[in-house]
Amino acid sequence: MTSPSSSRDRVLGRVRAALAEAPEPSEVTRDYLVSHTPDDPAAVVDLLHENLADYRAGVHRSTRDGLPALIGKLLAAHDAATVVVPPGLPGAWLADSDARQRLDDVPLTPHELDSADAVVTGCALAVAETGTVVLDAGPGQGRRALTLIPDLHICVVDVPGQVVASLPRALPRLDPARPTTWISGPSATSDIELDRVEGVHGPRTLEVVLVVD
Amino acid sequence: MSGTYLGMPAFPRAARDAVRDTTLRGNLRHATHTIRDKRARAVAELDDWAALREAGKRIKDHTLRHLDRYLVRVEEAVTAAGGTVHWAADAEEANRIVADLVKATGESEVVKVKSMATQETGLNEALEAEGIRAYETDLAELIVQLGKDRPSHILVPAIHRNRGEIRDIFRSEMGEWGRPAPEGLTDTPAELAEAARLHLREKFLRAKVGISGANFMVAETGTLVVVESEGNGRMCLTLPETLISVVGIEKVIPTWRDLEVFLQLLPRSSTAERMNPYTSMWTGTTDGDGPRAFHLVLLDNGRTDTLADEVGRQALRCIRCSACLNVCPVYERAGGHAYGSVYPGPIGAILSPQLRGTGSEIDASLPYASSLCGACYEVCPVAIDIPEVLVHLREKVADQGGAGHRLERAAMRTATWLLDHPAALNAAERLASSTRKLHPKRLPGPGARQWTNSRDLPDLPAEPFRDWWKKNHA
Repeated sequence: MTSPSSSRDRVLGRVRAALAEAPEPSEVTRDYLVSHTPDDPAAVVDLLHENLADYRAGVHRSTRDGLPALIGKLLAAHDAATVVVPPGLPGAWLADSDARQRLDDVPLTPHELDSADAVVTGCALAVAETGTVVLDAGPGQGRRALTLIPDLHICVVDVPGQVVASLPRALPRLDPARPTTWISGPSATSDIELDRVEGVHGPRTLEVVLVVD
Repeated sequence: MSGTYLGMPAFPRAARDAVRDTTLRGNLRHATHTIRDKRARAVAELDDWAALREAGKRIKDHTLRHLDRYLVRVEEAVTAAGGTVHWAADAEEANRIVADLVKATGESEVVKVKSMATQETGLNEALEAEGIRAYETDLAELIVQLGKDRPSHILVPAIHRNRGEIRDIFRSEMGEWGRPAPEGLTDTPAELAEAARLHLREKFLRAKVGISGANFMVAETGTLVVVESEGNGRMCLTLPETLISVVGIEKVIPTWRDLEVFLQLLPRSSTAERMNPYTSMWTGTTDGDGPRAFHLVLLDNGRTDTLADEVGRQALRCIRCSACLNVCPVYERAGGHAYGSVYPGPIGAILSPQLRGTGSEIDASLPYASSLCGACYEVCPVAIDIPEVLVHLREKVADQGGAGHRLERAAMRTATWLLDHPAALNAAERLASSTRKLHPKRLPGPGARQWTNSRDLPDLPAEPFRDWWKKNHA
C-alpha cells in the first residue's frame, strides 16, 4: 500500500496530466426557471397540498388555535400510544393528546425510538413543486433519527412563512452546515416489479399539517 | 475496476443466452416500459427541461475541467467540518482504507446503503476476506445479496426478478443472515417489503459502522448528498457511530446552488418522481446528531484515464439516473448481466471499457453492445452523447486488432478501392447481380460466418442501379 499523502499526489497528478490539453468548456448557463408556479401564495400552498397528497402523505389544514386538537386527533386515529417530542417543540401542540410523551432532551437510544409509535415535529421549509418538507434539525425538529424510526411522522408547516415554490427558492434559505433531511411522502420502494409500496424502513405514514392563521 | 465478474463471456454470447430466457425478457420489458413512460410524463411537467439539461451538462463539464481545484476544495471543506478525507488511486486501495477504518472501530459487521462505487471496487468481498460482514440494506440489493446474485440495473438492481422468485429467495435465505422470513410469506410486494423491514431493522438498530456512496459532494461547503426512497439510506447515514463514504472523484459539483439543477434533473430522470422520498445532506459531523466520525474516501480507479480522453471524458458527467437503460432496445432484450460490469446498459457500454480499459474480451465487446439508435442520448439529463463515445471506442478497439477486426478492416479496404475505381465497381455489381441465384444465405469463413449468423444478407437486385438508370433515364 502506498502512503496516504502519496495517493493524494498521485490522483491529483493524474487529474492535472489528463487535463493538460483540455480546452476551457462553454460558460455555465442558468436559463432555467426560478419557479414553475404563479407568484401567488394561495396557488403555491394549493400546489404543495396537491403534490404532498399525490405522494401519499396525509395533508391537513388547521388554524394555530386548532392545531393541538388536530394533532391529538391524528395521533389517536393511528392508535399512537407513545409520541417522541423533539426539544423545542411548542408544548401547546401536544396539549390535547393522550399519548405518552418521550422527550429527546437526553437522547433516546435507537431501541427506545423503535418502541415509540409516533413523532411530532416542525420543519424548516416546504417546497410546493416537489411536495417536499425539509428538516434541518432546528428547534422543534430534533436530530435526524427522531423522524426516521417511529412509524408515524406528523410534520407541522407554517403557512405561508415556511412555504416556497421551488428548489431554486429553497436552497438559499437553508444552511449547508446543518444536516438536512428532505422528505417527499412516506418511505417507499418500487423494487418489486415496480409496484410502489409505502414504508420500508422509514415511517410508513406521513401526516403534514399546514397551519394557516 | 475490479467489478468484472470472473469468467464473464463477451457481450454477444451473454446476450444470446439472456434473450432466450423468456421470464427474464418478460420482467425486463415490463419494468423498462413502465419506467420510461412515467419518466416522459415527469419530464414533460417542466417546460424548462432543455435549459436545466444544458445547465447540468455545463456545470459538470466545468467541474471536470477544473477537477483538481474542486477536489482540493472538497477536502478542505470536509476537513474543516470535522471529517477525514482519504484518497484511493484504485479499488484495492479504497478497500484497504475502508477495511482498516472498520477494523479500527473493533466491529465485524457494517450496514451499507446501495453504492455503485463500492460495487465497482468489490468492497463486500474484500471486507469478507478480512472477517467483516457487510449487509446491503436497499431492498433490491438485499434481494441480490440473499440470492447470491448480481445487480442487473443501476436503479432497480433486482429488476430481473419477479415477486415469486423474491419470495422464494426470502424464504430460503433470510434465516442464514439473521431474522428469518415470516411464516407463510406470500408474494405480495407489501408483505415482501415488510419482511425486509423486520429483517433489517435489527441490524440498523445495533449498527456501529455505516458505509455509503454519495450522489453529489459540494466543493464549496463540503456537503454530501444521498438521494433514496426507502429510508435505509437515512438509517445507515445517521444511526451508526462511524460513517464511511466512498465516492468517485467525478461526483463533485462546485456550489450549493448547483444542487437546484441536479435535484431537478435526477429524480425525474431516474424514478420519474418530482422528488424522491428521502434526500439526506450532511457536512462533516454534527454534535449530538448522527455519526461522531465521518470518513470520505475519494476514489479514482480509472476515472482519470477516462478524463484524459477528449471524446470519452463526457461519460464522467453521468449522475447514474439509469434513464438510458430504460429506453435502450439492446438492454431491454439482453438484460444487465450481459454487460459484465456494475454499470450496465448504454452508459455501462461506454463507462466500463474506459474505467477498465479494453484489454479484456468483455470490455472490447461493450462498445458494440448497441444499435446506435441514439435514444440514450435523447433521455440523458446531462446530455452525454453516448453514440459518439461508442463509435470512438469502437475505433480504439478496432485499432488494437484481433481476428474479427482484421477481417473488417480488409473488407473496408476492398470497399474503399472499389468505390475509388468506378469501372471495377460496375463490373463487380454486374457480376454480383448475374450470379444472385448462387449466393449463400450465410457468408463462409471465420468471422464472416459469425457476422451473418445474427444478420440476414440483403437481397441483391436483378440489375445494378446504374444499369437500371441508364435504361430508364438515358
